[in-house]
Amino acid sequence: MEKRSIIELRRPFLSGCRTSAVLSVLVMGAGQLNNRQYGKGIALMLLHLAGLYVAIAKLPHAVWALVTLGETSARLEKVGKVYQQVIGDHSIYLLVEGLIMIFLMFLLLAVYVLNIRDAYRCARLREEGMPLHTFRQTLHFLLDYRFPQIAIAIPVLGILFFTVMPIVFMILLAFTDFTRSHMPPAQLINWHGLETFRDIFRLRVWSETFYGVTLWTLLWAVASTLTCFAAGFVIALAVQQKDIRFKKFWRTIFILPYAIPLFVSTLILRNVFNGQFGPVNDYLELMGFGRVPWLSDPEWAKLTLVLVNMLLGFPVIMLMIIGVLSTIPGDMYEAADIDGADGLQKLRLITFPTVMYTMMPILIMQFVANINNFNVIYLLTGGNPVNGNYQFAGHTDILITWLYKLSMEQGQYNFASVIGIFIFVLLSGFAVWSIRRTKSFKEERL
Amino acid sequence: MTNRPLRKAVRLTLSYVLLSLAALFCIYPALWVLLSSFRPGDMLFSETLLPTSFTLLHYRQLFENYPFAEWYVNTFKIAIISTVISTVLVMMTGYVFSMFRFTGRKNLMSMLLALGLFPGFMSMIAVYILLNQMNLLNTHAAVIIVSAAGAPLFFLFSKSYFDTIPRSLVEAARIDGAGHMNTFFRMILPLSKPLLVYVVLMNFTGPFTDFIFARLVLRTPEKKTLAVGLYDIVTDRTKLQFTMFAAGCVLIAVPITALFLLLQRYLVAGLTSGAEKG
Repeated sequence: MEKRSIIELRRPFLSGCRTSAVLSVLVMGAGQLNNRQYGKGIALMLLHLAGLYVAIAKLPHAVWALVTLGETSARLEKVGKVYQQVIGDHSIYLLVEGLIMIFLMFLLLAVYVLNIRDAYRCARLREEGMPLHTFRQTLHFLLDYRFPQIAIAIPVLGILFFTVMPIVFMILLAFTDFTRSHMPPAQLINWHGLETFRDIFRLRVWSETFYGVTLWTLLWAVASTLTCFAAGFVIALAVQQKDIRFKKFWRTIFILPYAIPLFVSTLILRNVFNGQFGPVNDYLELMGFGRVPWLSDPEWAKLTLVLVNMLLGFPVIMLMIIGVLSTIPGDMYEAADIDGADGLQKLRLITFPTVMYTMMPILIMQFVANINNFNVIYLLTGGNPVNGNYQFAGHTDILITWLYKLSMEQGQYNFASVIGIFIFVLLSGFAVWSIRRTKSFKEERL
Repeated sequence: MTNRPLRKAVRLTLSYVLLSLAALFCIYPALWVLLSSFRPGDMLFSETLLPTSFTLLHYRQLFENYPFAEWYVNTFKIAIISTVISTVLVMMTGYVFSMFRFTGRKNLMSMLLALGLFPGFMSMIAVYILLNQMNLLNTHAAVIIVSAAGAPLFFLFSKSYFDTIPRSLVEAARIDGAGHMNTFFRMILPLSKPLLVYVVLMNFTGPFTDFIFARLVLRTPEKKTLAVGLYDIVTDRTKLQFTMFAAGCVLIAVPITALFLLLQRYLVAGLTSGAEKG
């Protein structure tokens, strides 16, 4: 008895736990079987078989697809006496299918590593004389102590395939020559490195558009965030005054634009502000003012965009600010009254700082969201009026609508991906930085 | 101090004027569309705001010329199913990030937040091919899956809300023998009614307003949703019938607006309590 334990303490290379681990390296689940955990072992082995089949049957093709993006293009081939259309490789499908395979393989690899670790740990427990979990106990253990990982796995898997994989795909596109003139299935597309990046910064047509659109994007984000906030703040203050009556009525009315689907209200407003037959100009003319080129003049169009966005966006901000205002204790204002502060001082020294304290992170998020505010611009002006100096962009296009035009309308997919990467870098850096600074992220429990 | 009542009167009058003006701006487009939808003819131009005669013709045309009733059913089907799935996923993700500590948690959180900011258009091509591989093109399942898969990216709101729920409550439930799922569905969800209402509303309005992605996937007329159908009507350059579009707008807006007004009370509470506190 004593001898054995001394031997175990020395741990020779192939002690029991190592055996299990090595067995699991060879075949998933074998180590678990060695540990007499039959349910888990068999399940893992089945997975191993499935994985092996996929790896042998599909993986080489996937790697070939990713490396070459297809080798045979569509062409006419002489069969007997007639030429026949032969379907070539579809580079884009190959790229996506290859990516899906690689992702699946990574998932399998993760399970494989976990499997080895599990075999080793269980074997060690067994050597120490601990009873191992039965299959049912394992399931219970997982549900109980690994609940967060299991619960988060479902959303994470969805995100992996419907968000991460497409993003990787998009980033890869930036390094290809995928444009309208290189369009599968008629043509093959090829990897061509950093050429697109170089073109955007070097070619004047592109760089001029790029800088111009970026500048307007930032300007737009700042202006639309500030106007929404200012309008929401003023209206909230006005509604929440002690002696204003019908508070509920007012709040309900101001929610109305928010309740109507955004794309409906934006399309409505596009008609309302129409230069030729929109009612706004009709009224202006009726009152003796001239007609205003709301959407057809570059500067007016930008102004109209900010105005419309404010109209559509302020109700949410207002609701939030009303919430904040109702948390400010009344005795602070009473104390200020006793000290002889006037309304403006109370606003400047009590109300404004309190509101800003809560609203700052929200404003930053709004700013970030406005950089990507596709709907308002796409639906109201569509990026128009046309700018002759720009490559496929109008005066009011922001980066995201330009990206849309480049890919969906112009088929300049590789250029669009470069813009996409740029937006992503711009936004994510900004957002993660600001979110990580918020209290909710730092200290968590309040 | 003698002019104090006067100043108050001026302030109040100014406030009411401001509120009325803002209210006018808010109501006008909606009112205008509502009235246009009842106006005879198909022109947007009108001499008077109030139409001189009312007609329900445009509503009838919608149902006669387009499969509008089917679009309605489709939209509700997609909206309800995807709302249920998305809401559970968003709440669950927020709950896990709020209540549990596990390795890689913060990195995962930042990663999801950053991914949420990625412009969706370029990835639409990849999603399209993925759906094609799964044989899901031109199905409603595709729209539901994609919107549900993307929903957990917006977990931050629910997480900050759950952060305010005392942890001792959860621990007490655990001690009483409730499993995690039980705790979540029977205790946490009922406790977070305002948040729940907000999340449900946000997810429900999605299918009513999304026309870009849905338009890519849903090809045949009988599969379309209201948003896709209406967008196609309004962008059809050959016959722009504004009054009919207006009628369509009214029909889309009615369910959402009704829901908003019904849930307004919770909405204010949800917005403010879920908002991050500094």
